[in-house]
Amino acid sequence: MKKAWTAFLILALVSVITFLIVRITPEWEGVDDTVVGKYAKEAGHPAKKAYIDTDRGDMLLFFFLIAGTAGGFVGGYYFRELFPPRQSDAKS
Amino acid sequence: MRTLPIIIIALLCFVLAPSTAQAMHITEGILPPQWAGLWFALAIPFVALGLRDLKARSKQQPLFKPMVGLIGSAVFVISCMPIPVPTAGTCSHPCGTGLSAILIGGPLTALVSSIALLLQALFLSHGGLTTLGGNIMSMGVVGGFTGLAIFRLTRLCGMPVWGAAFLAGLLSDWATYLMTSFELASALHGKVAFLKMFAAIGISFIPTQLPLGIMEGIITAVVYQFIAERRPELLEGLGVPVKTGLVQAVEGEANV
Repeated sequence: MKKAWTAFLILALVSVITFLIVRITPEWEGVDDTVVGKYAKEAGHPAKKAYIDTDRGDMLLFFFLIAGTAGGFVGGYYFRELFPPRQSDAKS
Repeated sequence: MRTLPIIIIALLCFVLAPSTAQAMHITEGILPPQWAGLWFALAIPFVALGLRDLKARSKQQPLFKPMVGLIGSAVFVISCMPIPVPTAGTCSHPCGTGLSAILIGGPLTALVSSIALLLQALFLSHGGLTTLGGNIMSMGVVGGFTGLAIFRLTRLCGMPVWGAAFLAGLLSDWATYLMTSFELASALHGKVAFLKMFAAIGISFIPTQLPLGIMEGIITAVVYQFIAERRPELLEGLGVPVKTGLVQAVEGEANV
């Protein structure tokens, strides 16, 4: 029960912080755009669309999800190889 | 009571969170062809050295390839993960190349960075194919070698490993963005003085990269400490100094 309450409190806290940050701050653009893109535009060399432009609708979200999953899987696979569970962990 | 510090930190973030400020990846088409070509030409030898290093060290150490695989996936994920920075109102990403360079060396960091950056340019619209050379140079080469040099230098000066790892992570991150500023300024300054533009771009990165660099330093120190405690033999096999500051201090006293 105590764990459930702790989880609930953490979830609530994170939600409130996210809500506040998202509401009061601007667009959260990447510095790719706000710094690199800005100076490039001023110099007459604006960024072009990527050759494989996945930034269309939810496509980019899909690719980021795949990238995160693949990266996590590969990392986890090698992590298990390099850091196998200790005997005490395995018993418990 | 434990939640109190979290609430205070959250409130501080809320108060500090503000206005627009202005990732390290240079987007497609920004660099003129001659500059894009130059950075490619400079980056290729480091990547080739990394390939040679991988072949040679894999034969000597059986666990070397899994380590490169783990570090490669970490660099890939870390360098495409936009992190919101409340003090700047923008997002940017750490690079992971400082940690990578300490563990697998400079040339291999250039190699894993080039693979990560290529995948990001191909599928995530992050960075670019024509700017790949420039991005490899800043993140993989300059970021990686700076981290490695700082780590070795601080170790030579007797700094504890966690401190050396922290500084390596921190300065490799800042060096990456400094190099990006250099690449942009040298290619795009036009009639504006090079140094003026270099400084302007570098300063624009500060609100975002200052806190992110510190975060990267902490991550590098924590990961290094974890490996040193959990599997020190792994680091010995990689030719990396293992002893933590505490162990060294205890040994030092024993010797006296």
